[in-house]
Amino acid sequence: MSSKNPTDNHEPTPFPFTEQTITEPFWVRCLLIGFALVFLALFLFLPLVFMLFEAFAEGVSYYFKALSDEDAVHALSLTLFSAAVAVPINIVFGLSAAWCVAKFEFPGKSILITLIDLPFAISPVVAGLLFVLLFGLQGWFGSFLESHHLKIIYAVPGVVLATLFVTFPFVARELIPVMQSQGTEEEIAARVLGANGWQIFWRVTLPNIKWGLLYGVILCNARAMGEFGAVAVVSGSIRKTTCTLPLHIENLYNENLYSAAFAVASLLAMLAIVTLAAKTMIEMKAAKEDKVETKN
Amino acid sequence: MLKNRRSVHKSVLPGFGLTMGFTVVYLSLIVLIPLAALFLKATGMGWTEYWQLMTTQRVLESFRVTFSTSLCAALANAVFGFLVAWVLVRYSFPGKRFIDAMVDLPFALPTAASGITLSMLYSQHGWIGRWFDFRITYSQLGIFIALTFIGLPFVVRAMQPALTDIERELEEAAASLGATRWQTFWKVLFPGLLPALLTGFTMAFARAIGEYGSVIFIAGNSEIAPKLIIIKLEANEYTAATAIAVTMLVVSFFLLLVINLLQLWGTKNWNRT
Repeated sequence: MSSKNPTDNHEPTPFPFTEQTITEPFWVRCLLIGFALVFLALFLFLPLVFMLFEAFAEGVSYYFKALSDEDAVHALSLTLFSAAVAVPINIVFGLSAAWCVAKFEFPGKSILITLIDLPFAISPVVAGLLFVLLFGLQGWFGSFLESHHLKIIYAVPGVVLATLFVTFPFVARELIPVMQSQGTEEEIAARVLGANGWQIFWRVTLPNIKWGLLYGVILCNARAMGEFGAVAVVSGSIRKTTCTLPLHIENLYNENLYSAAFAVASLLAMLAIVTLAAKTMIEMKAAKEDKVETKN
Repeated sequence: MLKNRRSVHKSVLPGFGLTMGFTVVYLSLIVLIPLAALFLKATGMGWTEYWQLMTTQRVLESFRVTFSTSLCAALANAVFGFLVAWVLVRYSFPGKRFIDAMVDLPFALPTAASGITLSMLYSQHGWIGRWFDFRITYSQLGIFIALTFIGLPFVVRAMQPALTDIERELEEAAASLGATRWQTFWKVLFPGLLPALLTGFTMAFARAIGEYGSVIFIAGNSEIAPKLIIIKLEANEYTAATAIAVTMLVVSFFLLLVINLLQLWGTKNWNRT
């Protein structure tokens, strides 16, 4: 816009180029930034503000009453419990999957990576249905479970299973690229120097992948605590038994207890904000360490 | 086979058997066996029964709503996501890092929380819904808004690396050859960004099709496919629920294949330039 067409005047084009020749005119930039910010403000931030506003609509004491309600406390403890089971199991799985994919060559590796990502592609409702078809009354193991008085569907094990399924890929998919980019040189050096497998893992691999691991764990945890669709199918949402926080929100909302529903929702929103803050911090830390390493 | 085994064991690093074994066993228990059970159940019903179940008015209508609104939402995400990614990568302004982090909010916010919030916000008493004469909630427009909300990060996050990888020399060359900014954008930059944009678009579309939590509150009585599965389950119509689920799975796997191919195309594109 500001530069004339260089072929019009016969002077040679100045080099290096000024910023203006390779970026948009000032007013275009302002317009685009403004438009993007207004869109994000209305579309992402307004819902968040609205949620907090609704949560406190009936006063602070009502807010805390909704959170300390017996059903809410039970829902919170079940949510924490299923996350406390699902996250460590998926950490072990993620570490083990990343170790064998990144440190070894074997046929069918790309198929294995695709299969690990599969739960991301599956609708949460279908994920829940999978376990109902296996363990529900009409399912493959339904009569066996019934005769042994075991309950998985409409019980806590079902909630945990559904959570395991939807959070399955998180840690592995963060670790695999990190470990692949690090190669095997350091581990082989440690091996040559006489370290055993656990020593290699704890002293060489783990320090190298710690940010990637933490990143995966945080995302895995957020999903574990917030999962709704898959858990809704398997849990039956029985109060004080199989009701998690997201299901408790649905129950309150359907009973038109809006302020209470939003109060509980604000708890999950806080989890989301903490997750995002931690994620950003890890990204900054990892970028800084990368810089230091390339400098050395 | 023997040769492959040897190449595995040539590595001096320990733990292949242990980690591989655990990975495959856990993957099978949590993902593969349940999926196989679903497909086995589906094969039990036969084509005619499947066809009958899938072509009922109710099922067809739910698929029409699901696919048309998901497609519109993914298109809207392609436009807005492109804009947001472009602004975040190429311009600097105060609060940029904060905005960048907040783009992931729809990922991080549990779907039940975003679901009830969007439903109230766009209702006739909500802060946004009250400004409109027509109903937004309990309509396809409401579903569209919820699906756009949850799909936005996919396009932004797919676009950002591609935008960062643009080489300045490319734009300088275009400018020195007399291209206007618009020509440079449209003829030089955009073709290189297209694979990433399509990847983000397909990811947003795939997520929208299966989405449940953030949509059901704003959808009201409109039946989207995931909700119909739950309705069928509650009515003890397991076969019908399985038929719908298998159809959705096949679509999801197809989209996953498309995404992988697009990403392959994207990396090839950059290697060529």
